Amino acid sequence: MSDDLDDLYQQVILDHNRSPRNFQKLEGANHVAQGYNPLCGDHLKVYLILDGDVIRDITFDGTGCAISRASASMMTSALKGKTVAEVKQLFKKIHDMVTTGNVREDEIGKLAVFAGVHKFPARVKCAILAWHAALAALDGRAEPVSTE
Amino acid sequence: MKNAAAIAGSSGKSINWKIFRADFPILDQKVHGHPLVYLDNAATSQKPRAVLDVLRRYYEHDNSNVHRGVHELSNRATAAYEAARERAARFINAADADEIVFTRGATEGINLVAQAWGGRHVKSGDHILLTEMEHHSNLVPWQMLAERVGAQLVYLPVTGDDGLLDLSRLDSILTGGVRLFAMTHISNTLGTVNPVADLCARARKAGAVTLVDAAQSAGHRPIDVRAIGCDFLVFSGHKICGPTGIGVLYGRREKLDETPPWQGGGEMILNVDYHKTTYKQPPHCFEAGTPNIAGVIGLGAAMDYLDAIGRDNIWHHDQELAAYACERLSRMKGVRLFGPAVGRAGLVSFLLENIHAHDVVTVADQRGVALRGGHHCNQPLMKKLGIESTARASFYFYNTRAEVDRLVEVIAEIQKYFGQSS
Repeated sequence: MSDDLDDLYQQVILDHNRSPRNFQKLEGANHVAQGYNPLCGDHLKVYLILDGDVIRDITFDGTGCAISRASASMMTSALKGKTVAEVKQLFKKIHDMVTTGNVREDEIGKLAVFAGVHKFPARVKCAILAWHAALAALDGRAEPVSTE
Repeated sequence: MKNAAAIAGSSGKSINWKIFRADFPILDQKVHGHPLVYLDNAATSQKPRAVLDVLRRYYEHDNSNVHRGVHELSNRATAAYEAARERAARFINAADADEIVFTRGATEGINLVAQAWGGRHVKSGDHILLTEMEHHSNLVPWQMLAERVGAQLVYLPVTGDDGLLDLSRLDSILTGGVRLFAMTHISNTLGTVNPVADLCARARKAGAVTLVDAAQSAGHRPIDVRAIGCDFLVFSGHKICGPTGIGVLYGRREKLDETPPWQGGGEMILNVDYHKTTYKQPPHCFEAGTPNIAGVIGLGAAMDYLDAIGRDNIWHHDQELAAYACERLSRMKGVRLFGPAVGRAGLVSFLLENIHAHDVVTVADQRGVALRGGHHCNQPLMKKLGIESTARASFYFYNTRAEVDRLVEVIAEIQKYFGQSS
């Protein structure tokens, strides 16, 4: 397969797609939101327990492509213990990375594997679907958020 | 003439399709380093030089506004525009060119019928019958109408993955007060070919008006509106080798006569006072404003091109490719096919086990193979089938068996890539 493809589907991403982490409904969640990508019909639901300003636990379920599943899996792993302000900052960096390819690895850690997405404009929405849902959950928005 | 030479003395099978493929300059290119294999024809077809040349010639020699001009260029443009109307009538065997309305595409044709004809003739409590396999374009306009006038949408069910209509239910549904039955000729997702002549006959017996969405059929097989017996039929130019932004609405004379004008403006009027306007007769009263003149002329050229090949030959070729693709894909592990086992049109929807359609399409694209992945503007059907999306390969006469082989090869590679090797 070509280099661009391997940039998109890094081994870590393929692994998270096959066995997503935190892939379950979260009992006792006090914030829940759905993300919807009308382009492909993907639905993700993000559950989290917010304790004051800190995310104590976060999970997801639903259906999606390899990129959106892996992104949700790695996002939930990354956000545990983060404050709302930290999540919003991190989202900005992720969004910047998947649209421009500009990687700040020291600041975003493992999530840098999604940098290759910027070469596939049609797939950017897949990579940030879970993030939109997580932000909506933190904001207490009940309506499903759409990538459109 | 090349076309005649390629077809002369040949039955469907012995046509030299390579000669026609060479008419499409776009197909001769590499994508991501691989020869382009274009299998997204149900979304839009490519355009032959014959159509591109006509567009260029029109703009270089004859460009002018139609119907009102007295000068030479306007006369030429008007003659070419109205000749294309005659051409379109022949293309679907309409009784009269006045039964042909030019629209932006199939979608606009359906909206015209829903808003103008439906707005006047569909009443509160009436039923509007659709099938469960309709494209959003033959569903949303009817929902809007139903909401506006208080009518009710009812559906003829689709049976499972095979994607056939449950015809046993039709007559009982039709007796429930159906004012209009709108149906697709060929499903853009399943490849099902619906028996539209039979459906229209049964609808007519029950007193229902009929609309056939021929977007997926008009460029692929011969269409005869009088044999089908429909009241309305729509299709788009861009799926039949013509330009984008142009399409045809056929309306049986009697039905167009009972349809009020839709959009108002120039071209569609006889006389305008400050407080009162009189309108032209159909079809001109449905073509407000300067029309897509080049598009209409290009569409006429596309119809000439297709009929020189013969749509019966194209149909045979497309069906054969789809059958070959199904045969090869059904022998692979982890491939789920959708649509009828026999008699399908030239397209194949499929899913690979544990691999999302968008991942399939992204990897295929990197190998030069253009597929479509998603819900194909068929969200309710997807829900009914219990899936979010499919990948789809759709064929046209310029596609080859070698390209189907390439598709199969790439699918095997995708399965290996995502660790689902068969």
